[in-house]
Amino acid sequence: MLERYLTAASTYAHWIDYQFLLIAVLVGFWLIVAEGAMFWLIFKFRAKNGRPTQYITGEEKHLVRWITIPHILVILCDIVIIVPAIMVWYNIKQVLPPPDETVRVIGQQWAWSFQQAGPDGVLDTADDIRTVGELHVKVNTTYHFELMSRDVVHSFSVPSFRLKQDALPGRTITGWFRPNRVGTYDIQCTQMCGIGHAMMAGRIIVETPQNHAAWLMRNANPAAAGLQLPPASAGNEAATVAEVQR
Amino acid sequence: MSTEVQHAEPGIFQKYFLSTDHKMIAMQYLFTGMAMALIGGFFAYVFRMQLGFPNQHVPGYGLVTPGKYNALVTMHGSIMIFWVAMPVLIAAFGNFLIPLMVGCDDMAFPRINRLSYQIFLLSALVLLASFLVKGGPFGGAWTGYPPLSAVGAYNLTPIGATLWLLAVALEFIAFLLGGINFTVTTMNSRAPGMKMYDIPLVVWMIVLASVIFMCSVGPLIAGAVMLLFDQTMSTGFYDPTRGGDPLLWQHLFWFFGHPEVYVVLLPALGIVAEVVAVFARKKIFGYKTVLYTTWSVGFLSFVVWAHHQFVAGIDPRMANIFSITTLLISVPITEMVFLYIATLYGGSIHLDTPMLWGLAFIGEFMIGGVTGIFLGSSGTDIYLHDSYFVIAHFHYTFVPIAIIAVYAGLTFWYPKMFGRMLNETLGKIHFWGTVIPFNVIFIPLFITGTAGDQRRVYSYAQFAEQSRPALQHLRTTSTIALLFMLAFQFVFIFNFFWSLRRGKRADANPWRSSTLEWTVPSPPPHGNFAELPIVYRGPYEYGLPGCAEDFAPQNVPDAALAGRSRA
Repeated sequence: MLERYLTAASTYAHWIDYQFLLIAVLVGFWLIVAEGAMFWLIFKFRAKNGRPTQYITGEEKHLVRWITIPHILVILCDIVIIVPAIMVWYNIKQVLPPPDETVRVIGQQWAWSFQQAGPDGVLDTADDIRTVGELHVKVNTTYHFELMSRDVVHSFSVPSFRLKQDALPGRTITGWFRPNRVGTYDIQCTQMCGIGHAMMAGRIIVETPQNHAAWLMRNANPAAAGLQLPPASAGNEAATVAEVQR
Repeated sequence: MSTEVQHAEPGIFQKYFLSTDHKMIAMQYLFTGMAMALIGGFFAYVFRMQLGFPNQHVPGYGLVTPGKYNALVTMHGSIMIFWVAMPVLIAAFGNFLIPLMVGCDDMAFPRINRLSYQIFLLSALVLLASFLVKGGPFGGAWTGYPPLSAVGAYNLTPIGATLWLLAVALEFIAFLLGGINFTVTTMNSRAPGMKMYDIPLVVWMIVLASVIFMCSVGPLIAGAVMLLFDQTMSTGFYDPTRGGDPLLWQHLFWFFGHPEVYVVLLPALGIVAEVVAVFARKKIFGYKTVLYTTWSVGFLSFVVWAHHQFVAGIDPRMANIFSITTLLISVPITEMVFLYIATLYGGSIHLDTPMLWGLAFIGEFMIGGVTGIFLGSSGTDIYLHDSYFVIAHFHYTFVPIAIIAVYAGLTFWYPKMFGRMLNETLGKIHFWGTVIPFNVIFIPLFITGTAGDQRRVYSYAQFAEQSRPALQHLRTTSTIALLFMLAFQFVFIFNFFWSLRRGKRADANPWRSSTLEWTVPSPPPHGNFAELPIVYRGPYEYGLPGCAEDFAPQNVPDAALAGRSRA
């Protein structure tokens, strides 16, 4: 259902989309039943001359069941919704599948910057690739991201991946995603972060393994990477990485 | 105070600014709230114009820059919740109705009541003053998350941020004082014979809302003081480099912020209960069950706050608990809505303007309720959090609360407040001109939110996925509908002031209602009751067998009921 409105480009996007559909069907049913009942009663019991109002306290057994039975059904529906909701949450946020790659995502007023391993495949070495506003990833690869903020609260959101996580100053939050569709997707900041909030856009470019390897080679030499971050920030990051959550 | 007889007619200043009469204070709150609603509505017009017709000159305002946009949405949110919904729903209706409905001459603490309004007025002035300072008003969202709100270098509105915080804190003090008054008056000043289960629901609801408010606001006031220190004295309560934690504010804020939703919801539900009972000529279906569900909702509202923070960086295991409690709260709320609908069964429904508003509240609020399930489920909230889906969802709860239920209450009690009837035709034009555009505003926003539109951005130009023309059409539709909705509010304003002078004179009980406020003249004189009433029954005895009329007023003894003629 969600895919009609926005591409799904990560493995867990479909989990969230199915959960959305499940809720839409269940609450849609209840909404129609309740609105229908209300309009029917309004129509049926419009004031007419000579028809007196009935005296009903709401404690009559044969009437109370009209409340009790829906009440129990609502509880059942809640359970049907909450169990998969927690499963989806658990699989996305609580467990981390083993990573193929790790990237570091840094939010600051008002840009996203990224640090990922160069051709040696190890983070925090000399050939690391640092980019601003653009993250290049390989399709069908499990990525861990280490999310941090340099100043205020930001939120790292990739709608097509159904990924969202706030970035907090002073903490590093680790999460994961696995892109499964080649293309270019938006990165948003979804937490108010000052006057540049709407300009804090980025892109994730999901590439085939060949294209990604070529991109890596082109950008591996730090001098060749035009979008390098000032090195002064490296010390800060090391300090914050030390208190990794979980 | 309340029993002393005032011989000299008070001067204008005395009467309108220093009065301790609960009805005058209610009017002060009402008109202040309505004035603030005009300001908040104007802001909505400005930023919706920017979203509907990006980067164009907004008539009556000018160009909306990113900084101004942030300030507009922040002030719209703050004003509509703290300076419109609370003063009108709780303070105006609470002050006007509680003494009249429980059958006493004034509030338990009239001078505290006056102080409450004066502090409230001060808080509004402080907030408005922030428009005049260097840097302009605060623009860091109504939730004011630090470090953005704490550090001037980040928010670029250092004075505005402090004034906003002070204004909110002052507003809380005003409502603490008011809440104490409502609770004490209801518990101690009821007419003889009025037992706990004889109290009209709207009074119950306002009292419970006040209790919830008083229980939840303490942590936030502490949080606000810490934020004030961070802003002005460079302390580090929320600064992680000095051992603070930005998440602390979020917990303190939402520990208050979610109960706050129910603080404004309950009075709205109470107003709707009164209106539905009177115009369906029916006893509320399961009065006691309504109360029990209200208590459950009130209790549960304290344990759901972190559903605002699922993706905020809290321990992800916490989300499971709060997801469960959040879905749990749907059970009593659904039950309450079912009871309201069931009240219609067997009734004799008169679709006067107040009833249209009352029924619209139920119909629209249900949409707000069910869409909350998408957000309370932690799994789907990952995607929908901070999107326009959230905006549409909470406007489907807050507009029914702060607009629809308020209109239900105003049109219902207007004859009692001012002694005149509102014009029915204008009332119905206003009703349809508000409710239809309201849906056209927010249904498109559910879709844009589902398509990934994030909140609080003045332009989607930077985002390819959000710049699709189809989404822009939806945003423009929403904006045009808002223009219609705002235009129709002038019908109400005209009706309101025209009817003050020209409306048909109202007798004491124009709706043939059974609660105590309708036993005194319209408008009620100083001191309310010529002779304090005695209560013989519950508030919703409509269609009582053996009664000559189809309603049995609370203050008429059983023996006298049969003899009452149909006037």
